[in-house]
Amino acid sequence: MSLGSPVVKEYFRSDRLPHIWCPGCGHGVIMRGIAVAIDNLKLDKNKVCIVSGIGCSSRAAGYMDFNTLHTAHGRALAFATGVKLANPELEVIVVTGDGDCTAIGGNHFIHAARRNIDITTILFNNKIYGMTGGQSSPATPQTEKGTTAPYGTVDPDFDICKLATGAGSSYVARSTAYHANQLIKYIEKGIENKGFSLIEAISGCPTYYGRKNKKGSAVDLMNYYKDYALDIKAAEKLPEDKKAGKFLVGEFHNETRPEYVSEYMKLVEKVQKERSENE
Amino acid sequence: MSKKVVKLMQGNEACVEGALAAGLQFYAGYPITPSTEIAEICSEKLPLVGGKFIQMEDEIAGMAATIGGSLAGLKSMTATSGPGFSLKQENIGYAAMAQIPCVVVDVMRAGPSTGLPTAPSQGDVMQAKWGTHGDHPTITLTPNSVREAFDLTVRAFNLAEKYRTPVFLLMDEVIGHLRERIEIPSPGEYEVFDRIKPIPNDKNYKAYAVKEGEIVPRMAAFGDGFSYHVTGLVYDEFGFPKTDTDVAENLLNHLMGKIENNVDDIITYEETQTEDAELLIIAYGGVARAAAKAVKECREQGLKVGLFRPITLWPFPEKRVNQLTQKSKKVLVVEMNLGQYVIPVHRVKEPDSKVFHYGKVNGEPIAPDEIIKKIKEAY
Amino acid sequence: MAMAQEQKKKKNLKTIREWCKGCGICVAFCPVKVLKLEDEKVKVIDYDKCTRCGLCELRCPDLAIYLEEDQNE
Repeated sequence: MSLGSPVVKEYFRSDRLPHIWCPGCGHGVIMRGIAVAIDNLKLDKNKVCIVSGIGCSSRAAGYMDFNTLHTAHGRALAFATGVKLANPELEVIVVTGDGDCTAIGGNHFIHAARRNIDITTILFNNKIYGMTGGQSSPATPQTEKGTTAPYGTVDPDFDICKLATGAGSSYVARSTAYHANQLIKYIEKGIENKGFSLIEAISGCPTYYGRKNKKGSAVDLMNYYKDYALDIKAAEKLPEDKKAGKFLVGEFHNETRPEYVSEYMKLVEKVQKERSENE
Repeated sequence: MSKKVVKLMQGNEACVEGALAAGLQFYAGYPITPSTEIAEICSEKLPLVGGKFIQMEDEIAGMAATIGGSLAGLKSMTATSGPGFSLKQENIGYAAMAQIPCVVVDVMRAGPSTGLPTAPSQGDVMQAKWGTHGDHPTITLTPNSVREAFDLTVRAFNLAEKYRTPVFLLMDEVIGHLRERIEIPSPGEYEVFDRIKPIPNDKNYKAYAVKEGEIVPRMAAFGDGFSYHVTGLVYDEFGFPKTDTDVAENLLNHLMGKIENNVDDIITYEETQTEDAELLIIAYGGVARAAAKAVKECREQGLKVGLFRPITLWPFPEKRVNQLTQKSKKVLVVEMNLGQYVIPVHRVKEPDSKVFHYGKVNGEPIAPDEIIKKIKEAY
Repeated sequence: MAMAQEQKKKKNLKTIREWCKGCGICVAFCPVKVLKLEDEKVKVIDYDKCTRCGLCELRCPDLAIYLEEDQNE
């Protein structure tokens, strides 16, 4: 008999658990959140396709009981674009990380957003390359440390939500592993959005990011997210000094914009009609 | 009743016609000369037949989306040229590992790097064999005429679907841009092979288990009701990553074995006057046209020269090349590179036969006269 | 309200020892402090005080603690 909660039994390959992630890694919380969102939306399991790249986050695909595609480093969105265009009936969800999506996969990321293709991307942001042992990523805050930034990185970090919005993503939100209920709500809204959705899920990496930067234990990281996350709506009413040191969470962008696959299918219909009229 | 369609077209165009005849439904790519016509024609024709075309952000994405399309159940293709072929290698390795059928067309141009856009070359022959990292299976076909570009594209799809592996159609620019009048065969005149799918609702389906008497695992499309896992990691019969040494060895043996054990089905070639040839020319693609002319002229002059033209470049037709070198004690390999296909010829030839090479990399095609000169030097 | 409380009580709080990696997140954020770590594994120390709020399940990275309807109902 398979182990686990009702959600785990229904949506996970529980014989493949426990997962490989370190104690206290936020990724398990986010992965569960995706399954809960799918359950809340009552999606047909057989029509869900989870595509991931390479890195800690991308291992999630192997544990989840759907059509799952664990691709090459950075390429999840490019593979996912092929899957979605080839079979628009599939609900395509991409699981990726900060390095996977915004460094090696940066080009695919901005172009998937530009097309506004109906893919929901959950970006597990642990601010570090975990799988390779703690190197700094484009999401490591400037001056913070990684094994390739022993004196603190001189690289400025991306604001991933601004990047997604600027590139054309029609739904953009950020939450954390601590705010898991809020995160689940955003994932649901992302899936429901007909277009490209980016949900940045801040995930604690106590093993590398936490240790390198003296951020304490898994619990300390969760407490940090609890205490320093500031909702964008609340932030609008706050004076600058109250916002110091905090980071923004919430829904950053939500618009209705023509979706790529629908537009392509309209084009197919149009050219076929014109062709048959000319014959 | 279908009537014969005769058309003047170029190799790239015939390639698309062949792809559509084989059931192409999905194309993802990136523009690069001299392959661009393939993308252009696909973008025009695929919507008309209910297929999908997408221009991706780069070559890497073109290959990735092609694999995604195939996993969603559609026959998929991408096309490129040398610099793009280099970029595609990452995901070509993925397709080889995860056993995803797809066709990759490489219309070769002179390299390395940006090289000589877009002068003809056959410089990607070894890249087709060893382009991606790790041991991996390779099937590579190369046409010498516009009609053969059609036929071999159909065949590339059939082999991809049958052996669940990426198949390369390696055209030199000479064939890609050559215009010839060809008769397009009607449906029914050529074989079309579709991947074997599992029985619907088969509760015992294992995504990567090979059934008794079959060559490759049956392939379900995403959405068919089998929730299975696909990865580029070493995987077990369910598709799940495994690090066990025996799982890794079995998988690699399967990937290589499915091709090596079926070379007689995969390998095709053409021979001209090889029976009594004292000197055997080995040439492929556009160069084989010049070589055929050279053979004809040499024969007229009384020289016993024959031509072996591999149509399947990889796997290498080693059994036949060995047999031929038992009779022909001199072999001249002619190709538009500095010595790529000559390497396996050296490996498999009879010890007492002598191998000569003529290669050209200045961007000009090889003319029959040049080959005749080399024949006379070697004869 | 009383009904809701009763409904909640029907749910069992379960743990999977083999999956628990002992990070302590559930213990730290349990509003009624009914969990603790013992030999680096989660342990429920007071079932009666547990309100079945589900926050431990929500934030457990290892899917190792959860609420489930009583199977005997």
